[in-house]
Amino acid sequence: MTPFQYTRANDVADAIKQIATDPYAKFIAGGTNLIDLIKYDVEGPSRLIDISHLPLRSIEPTSAGGVLIGAMVPNADLAYHPVIEERYPMLARAILSGASQQLRNMASTGGNLLQRTRCFYFYDTATPCNKREPGSGCSAIDGVNRINAILGTSEACIATHPSDMCVALAALEAVVHVIGPAGARTIAIADFHRLPGNTPQRDTNLEPDEIITAIELPPKGFSANYSYLKIRDRLSYAFALVSVAAALELDGETIKEARLALGGVAHKPWRSTAAEAALLGQRADATAFAKAADWLLHGAKGYGHNNFKIGLARRAIMRTLDQAARGTPQSISDKKIR
Amino acid sequence: MPNYIGTATSRVDGRAKVTGEAKYAGEFNVPGLVHGYVVDSTIPKGQIERIDTSAALGMAGVIDVLTYRNRPQMAAKDDAYKDEVAPEKGSPYRPLYDDRIHFTGQPVALVLAEDWETARVAASQVKIEYQKEPHITDLHAERARAFAVDSPEKSRGDAGKAFASAAVRHAAEYFIPTEHHNPMELFASTAIWQDGQLTVYDKTQGVQNVQQYLCKVFELQPDAVRVMSPYMGGGFGAGLRPQYQVVLAVLGAQALKRPVRVMLTRAQMYALGYRPASIERLALGASSGGTLESMQHEAIAVTSQFEEFARNDTGWGNLLYKSPNAKFEHRLVKLDLPTSCDMRAPGAATGVYALECAMDELAVALKTDPVQLRLQCYSDRHQGEDLPYTSKQLRECYRQGAAAFGWDKRNAEPRSMRDGSELVGWGMASGVWEALQMPATVRIVLTANGHAEVATAASDIGTGTYTIMAQVAADMLGLPIDNISVKLGDSTLPQCPLEGGSWIASSVCNAIANTARAVRGDLLNLANEMKDSPLAGAGVDDVALIDGKIVSKQDATRAVPIASAMQSGTADRITREEANTVAEDKSHARNVHSAIFAEVKVDEQLGVIRVTRVVNAVAAGRILNLKTAHSQVMGGVVWGIGMALHEETLFDHQFGRVMNANIAEYHVPVNADIHDIEVIFVDEPDEIVNPLGIKGLGEIGIVGVAAAIANAVYHATGKRVRDLPITLDKVVQFN
Repeated sequence: MTPFQYTRANDVADAIKQIATDPYAKFIAGGTNLIDLIKYDVEGPSRLIDISHLPLRSIEPTSAGGVLIGAMVPNADLAYHPVIEERYPMLARAILSGASQQLRNMASTGGNLLQRTRCFYFYDTATPCNKREPGSGCSAIDGVNRINAILGTSEACIATHPSDMCVALAALEAVVHVIGPAGARTIAIADFHRLPGNTPQRDTNLEPDEIITAIELPPKGFSANYSYLKIRDRLSYAFALVSVAAALELDGETIKEARLALGGVAHKPWRSTAAEAALLGQRADATAFAKAADWLLHGAKGYGHNNFKIGLARRAIMRTLDQAARGTPQSISDKKIR
Repeated sequence: MPNYIGTATSRVDGRAKVTGEAKYAGEFNVPGLVHGYVVDSTIPKGQIERIDTSAALGMAGVIDVLTYRNRPQMAAKDDAYKDEVAPEKGSPYRPLYDDRIHFTGQPVALVLAEDWETARVAASQVKIEYQKEPHITDLHAERARAFAVDSPEKSRGDAGKAFASAAVRHAAEYFIPTEHHNPMELFASTAIWQDGQLTVYDKTQGVQNVQQYLCKVFELQPDAVRVMSPYMGGGFGAGLRPQYQVVLAVLGAQALKRPVRVMLTRAQMYALGYRPASIERLALGASSGGTLESMQHEAIAVTSQFEEFARNDTGWGNLLYKSPNAKFEHRLVKLDLPTSCDMRAPGAATGVYALECAMDELAVALKTDPVQLRLQCYSDRHQGEDLPYTSKQLRECYRQGAAAFGWDKRNAEPRSMRDGSELVGWGMASGVWEALQMPATVRIVLTANGHAEVATAASDIGTGTYTIMAQVAADMLGLPIDNISVKLGDSTLPQCPLEGGSWIASSVCNAIANTARAVRGDLLNLANEMKDSPLAGAGVDDVALIDGKIVSKQDATRAVPIASAMQSGTADRITREEANTVAEDKSHARNVHSAIFAEVKVDEQLGVIRVTRVVNAVAAGRILNLKTAHSQVMGGVVWGIGMALHEETLFDHQFGRVMNANIAEYHVPVNADIHDIEVIFVDEPDEIVNPLGIKGLGEIGIVGVAAAIANAVYHATGKRVRDLPITLDKVVQFN
């Protein structure tokens, strides 16, 4: 752990100004991940710029009919917000599937997007890790990789993105609002997180001097036919082995629109337009779901301990789509899988 | 009738704990306290080549960095490092002694600074270069090199031959991975030198063990060292042996002549002891009628390169089942790891898991109900020693446990019971542990105002020792429990063994009874010095202390108030110190028993397991406190669920490192994993085991639980998983 300075940003402009002056500074909001990383010597910022007081705590309707969520809205507030519960219940359930109540009280919406991987080697500074120390090698590929990725991996990295919330955001096609010295811009959630490629040290396409200000949800919340199913090694308070966000728009038994995203399997929430297209116009049944699963898992590759994730993901996709089609979403409190 | 023994008395230390008044080893603040932070080895084996402490020493607030080169003097002989429970064979690890690296996480430097944060930062600036040597940390890779240790249970007959000719046979190998204790409280020690006296606040299950160890390691006189551990945030066996931070704290205090605290991080605690990974090989041969002809149990467990830690994994079948032929063998594999150590029900948690899964498999092969098979094989005598039990109400455990669970409604066919998308499985197992008593001495100081202080050097590791001692003393002295204060966890108090093995309750409570009897004798003498004493002529066992009075057992109207007797004899206080009577009686086997019934629901497609019900029926002699006893067994069941489904220390054998050295990734059950747990205490009066009939409850709660769950998973799914933990990918074939 290295000593750091602590400053507080008064407003968004101040935050951008402060981070521009120091390439080793980091923003801190809830700190539920960053503080751990500092303690483990994985991160060693020269300065922490506290953005938790920025006035980005509102949840408001947009003119397009969607919702704009301030980046500093705590995860817990978001999950229990009446509009989110009613219109975007899949997002609420995804958030409540993650962490613990205490952590959700602290964690910010913007920070949730920037969680770093839980790969064991990333946290252990005595082992090589390309994400932590570019060029040092990936220990997980031939190591303890039960929790690692099966999709979109590279020879440099098989880490996964640990967020539950982001999986639902991916399925909902959320848009990330950011601002930096060059001004404000938006990034589609699908383009926000990156695949590891040769630069696994970069988790996202957010520039180091940019700050997330809000997450925008489009009007469609799929509140009638959705589910978020998280499979893990104990029934709560564990990261996903595989998680699935599934949302359908049905006309009778026919699928008019489908959204499908996976967590715990890749460096980013995993979506496939082919998988969703394969569901369109189909009867919402096991045959269609199996086809979608095949598409979504196309190219999946195990690394030994995590081989089972491919089959598990396939079954989880089918089950979640079934829950969504039947309008019986997975309950968060009841751990029985319906 | 006792007022307190056997009741659900709330913890006498509960208020102190929830208000923070109870202090733990890392919470004793003294003026000028120095904070130590450990630098630990990043390699599993080799030699330190270079240590550069200059950067750390240059930081403001850093006082010193101790390494093997500049540490104060320590004893040179192995014997000095052998504590009370050190393995008989081997050479104990010596903290910060020389340049050899024996395991990953071994302390190689201690940074001493004015505050903890500075110490931590400076620790990251200590540069160490190693000469690495090839290492091995994988039990499976080394099993061919396993060597036999003296088996605690004798073999008999020809088990191999009997197995070969048995009508029904089952042989299989079971595996339990390395597990770590993970007590909530981090290991910590605070060492204070003052006027030639060393006072140490330590997280330990045995203050006198640590005191004697420190005297030897630092060549100090016994009266110069005092070790205290008034409260403990969980031990589970991790605190039986002195841990390295206590040595480092004393080294620091000696070097600086200032008080020093060393607290380990959670990750560093994974370089302390652990439940050794073990391979358990079972072979059971039965007659077609379902009685055992042959029982073979071999264990292959992990120890370090430098010590041989072994516990009785294999002999438990001798306590549970009749078999004319039996063979037991315990083998060890030496790996480049710290020495393994005791963890709740050492040997039994692992050995009985394997035995009771094997019995379940035998029942399936015999097409016999698992409870019925156990009753058919039931032994009223210890098979190895051919001795009767002081008491053994295991049949009653089976009966009451099965009735509470509804076992008679079980369909024996695997995969036959369902609840929607879930397969339902019912499994059961037996549990067994020892009912031990160790020599312990208790001091009672009774004052004329009707208060008593009860003291011994035991540690209360969170089990409720303070409370049961107060209950027993209150009943034996005829005082309200609020008038009793209990002092524990101080090496200067009367002798008491380590808190472990489930022996503290029986040891200290019987010692209280003996001491209280001596106090009663003194009181009777004082009473009989009074003129016209109504108790004239009565002996010490003719009277009892009840409601503040010395009362004749024959005639309750003949009584003298304790206060009057003491006043009349002008005695301000009566101080007595007596030990328990530990019989050298080898005529009986002394054990506790249990029967566990578990229900699991398993999602057929996804393999997700929920343990929806557990009934644990325990026969453990006299239950002193229904509330703490219930908690103790319930905690054991929760741990057993974790052992069955969650716990595993994950090693990267290439690096020789633990990869999940934190309690986010080392999984133990959380609330969502726990549903109904019913604890039944079967009535078991026992006048032989010890005068108060106490058997102890520390270990029994976990024994057999993992087997009951594994057996239930088989019953639910038809899939027999023989390596723990039972994760979903072992239950369902996904690819």
